[in-house]
This record gives sequence, structure tokens and C-alpha cells, in this order.
Amino acid sequence: MNINITDLHFTYPTGLEALQSVSLNIDSGEQVAIVGQNGAGKTTLVRHFNGLLKPTSGSVTIGDWDTTKYSVAKLASRVGYVFQNPDEQLFSRDVLTEIEFGPKNLGYKKNKIDELVERALVLTELTDKKETNPYDLSPTWRKMVALASIIAMDTPIVIFDEPTTGQDFTNVTRIANVIAELKKEGKTVITITHDIDFCAENFERVIALSNGKVLLDGEVHEVLGQEEILAQTYVDPPQLTRLGKLLNLKEAVINQEEFLSVIARRQR
Amino acid sequence: MAFVNIQNLTYKYPLTKTPALQNINLQIEQGEFISIIGANGAGKSTLCYALAGFVPHFFKGEISGIIEVDGIESSKSTLDEWVLNVGLAFQNPFNQISGAKYTVFEEIAFGLENIGVPREQMQSRVEEAMRLTGISNLADRSPYSLSGGQQQRVALTSILVMQPKLLVLDEPTSQMDPIGTREVFEVIHNLTQNGMTVVMVEHKVEWIAHFATRVIALKDGAVLTEGKPSDVLTSDVLIENGFGVSRYTSVAREAKKQGLWKKEKLPVTLFEAAEGFGSNK
Repeated sequence: MNINITDLHFTYPTGLEALQSVSLNIDSGEQVAIVGQNGAGKTTLVRHFNGLLKPTSGSVTIGDWDTTKYSVAKLASRVGYVFQNPDEQLFSRDVLTEIEFGPKNLGYKKNKIDELVERALVLTELTDKKETNPYDLSPTWRKMVALASIIAMDTPIVIFDEPTTGQDFTNVTRIANVIAELKKEGKTVITITHDIDFCAENFERVIALSNGKVLLDGEVHEVLGQEEILAQTYVDPPQLTRLGKLLNLKEAVINQEEFLSVIARRQR
Repeated sequence: MAFVNIQNLTYKYPLTKTPALQNINLQIEQGEFISIIGANGAGKSTLCYALAGFVPHFFKGEISGIIEVDGIESSKSTLDEWVLNVGLAFQNPFNQISGAKYTVFEEIAFGLENIGVPREQMQSRVEEAMRLTGISNLADRSPYSLSGGQQQRVALTSILVMQPKLLVLDEPTSQMDPIGTREVFEVIHNLTQNGMTVVMVEHKVEWIAHFATRVIALKDGAVLTEGKPSDVLTSDVLIENGFGVSRYTSVAREAKKQGLWKKEKLPVTLFEAAEGFGSNK
């Protein structure tokens, strides 16, 4: 199911023009990272995908649905959205109920719900916490509950808004595993992130926004190699890309494997 | 006597079975930039709360040991005295922003109002603090209309404006863009040059390596290891305990196994890595 955005403009009631003529096409099954400075319009953009915001002008379609013609509740069957702050999302008395809520609302059959909930619990490593009240869990685990409750809805498109914020190394790895699993299942994954190393290691396409406009859009090496342009939106290239550049490597390397293979060739 | 002196600090939140902090001993000199690292749940925020007086004055619970800042002992002080010396920026700015103010400017002035700073002084201090953190352009916006990273800058500014002797920051850049993060580290570094003492919880190892004078690694409420960033952040004990390290350190560690990193010591910063990999061309 593709996402099509044509000449999207969005102005908040305060008069702030958050998005200006954004046009994008995201194909089914793509893994896309959205980067850019604070206030660039990243969250505003993705909130158009599930209809939380409607275009001031232009259009957003999810598959064959124009988001202005469908309610948020309806769009929830196609687009899952994990909030930046889990506390804005969680409300149930225990983890299991929280995770069941989404698929139940989508009207799935009982055994499908059970299956989806079980899979979400396993993927997020929450199985032993399913009886716990989400607010008795640490913020880290609350984040995982927020993830699980969206994954369990089995939508073709999943959006993560800054999933790695404040997460430790172990949990970032856990979140990367969840994204890899969704990719295997053919889902479209769109992630807002400031963690450029995480972005380089887990995504194929990167969109950089700046002041409500698309600054760069392309394959991950192509985008993350452009240090000067990225700096306009307060983004640094990944650590190993910067290192490669200091060492005058010809092409942009973005991860450990690529870096080591280039260094090995050079030293031979 | 060290500026911050923590001795045999053990603390347990009410209604919990295991202590959040266990026998912490820590001496910090004035002007140091201390970085605290550790997994989620290691006790990092609790240690921030202890330094800021929230533990035990606000959270209650069982405490033993000594926390002293600038010669004053926390247990013999009250929160309203304590905040004059120590400022804490919360991990989640949503939890810090007062909700009582309509503009960013007023929000930042809130603390100064509470301690009775004269109006003219208050205005110039707020303006200066906003300039320092680069948010002058947000002065008239509502704190709640801002993006996550912008709110975080407001939360930080509203503490800086209090000019605390000890600044405690709990993941102050977690929602900030990469270059914004670096700028905040630079601002904090400059403050320490002028004598402010800073304790900062952070996961962003690259910038800790650049700016911190000392790194303290916490695990399960106790100090696992501490020392200079270049020693702690390359130590095997961090890897063995599941800590994240910088990509420079991990790539060099792997390169060393393959004979591609010739130096004894692993790098933590970009320049150390470039020097090491560049020198064996």
C-alpha cells in the first residue's frame, strides 16, 4: 500500500506554516527514515498519514484512500502510529489489555487477535510483563508497550516517532530487531529519528526535512554523505561516514561492515 | 572538601524491595563536567534526584549516607533552600514545564519569580539565558506548541536562568537534533569553564568523550567503574556489561581483531579514530 503526498501544505491555527509544498511517494514495503532539525515539520508530516492532521492544501492518499475522506479511526486500519511520548498513548490497566485494544477495535476475530497480541509480546520481549500496569513499568518498557500495541494492529504501514529517544543500547537493539521483523513481513516502516547512526544501520531511504520542506530524499548513502546540505537542517552524517571523510575515502561508508572492508582494501 | 560529596549513599523508594542506589561514594570538584552512563533502570535518574534534593525530600523512602553540596548537607536543608544551589532539568520536558505560563519567556522566568528576583533583573537574566541556548526566537510561543527538542531547550533554559552552582541534567538532549545536541554540550562546557559544576546523564557517547572530565558508569544502583572518558569508554568492562560505546570504539575494536587497528589503545573520538586509521596507511 503506497503513500502519496502531493503538494502538501499545512498551516497551524497559530499561523505557523509547518509544511510547504511537500511531494513524496512512499512505496509498499519501504523502510524510510525522516530526519531534520527540531521544528522542521517531521511530526506534522507523519500525523498526516493517519489523518490526525488534514492538509491545508494538497493531498495525502494512503493506498486509494484520500485522508480527508476517512476518519482517523478508519485510517487506523492502514496506518499504525507510535507516539513520541508513550504517556500520550497508554491508558489501560495492564499491558495485555493495552495491546489487545487496537486489534479488537479493528474488529479482527478472536484467534487472530490472540495471535497478533502474542507476536507483539514476543517481538517486544514483554511476555513476562503482560499483567503489569503500564505505569508501573519504567519509561523504557512503557515505550515497548506503546510499540507492541501498534504492531498488534497488523497495519500495512507503521510509523515510529523517535523510537530510540532516551533508550539504552540494549533497548535500541531491541527496537532495531522489531523494525527488521516488520520489514521481513513486508510492512512499510517510517521512522522519525535524530539518531543518525541508528538511521544508517536500519533504513534504506532517508528523507531530510528543513523548515517544512523536503531538503533531501534518496538512498541512505546518497543522503547521509551530503554533509554540507544536512548541516542546513542540523543533522550530522553518521560517525563512521564522518570518519571515512576525514580519511579521504572515496565513497560514503555508513556502517561498520562497509568501513572495515574499505580499510582492509586500502591497507592491502 | 570536595564541592559535591556523596558518602555511602543507599536509597530505597517507598513500596519497593530493592534499593535504587547502593553505597554510592562520589566526590566532585567545582567546575567538573561529570557524565553518568548506564542502562535504563541503573539508577541514573535517582542519583540526579538525590543531588537535586528530590530524594528524599519529595519522594520520601529510606535513605542512608551523606549528600553534601558546597558544604551543606541535604538532610539538614529543605527543598526551597536547596534549589538556590542546585538545578535539575528533567528527562522529560513535558513533566517539567509548569503549565501555568502562556509563553516561553514567562515559563523561563517562573523560577526567578518564585525566588523573588526583581523584575528588571529577571528580564535581563531570561533574555541572556535564552540567547545562550539559542531560543530567543521562541520567546512568545506557548511552551506546549513547541516540538519535543524545542521544549527540551526551554526546560534546560529555565534551569540555567537560575544560575545554580551545581547543574544536574537528566538526558537533556534526548529529543534534540544532532547539531543542536553538540551545541548544548558546548554551552554546558563553557559554563563549566566559568566554574559551574555539571552532572549530566547521557547516552550519546561521542559527545561525552569530547566534553566530560569524568565518566561514571552505573549498574544496578552501584558504581561499576569511573574515570577519564578515554579510559572508561574503551574499557572491556563496559562491553561485558552491555553498555553502548561510540562507533569509533566499536569499529576499532573489530578492526583490531582483523589486524587493521595497530594501536594499543582504542579511540573514543572522531579525531583519535582518524589518527589511528590514518597513521597505518
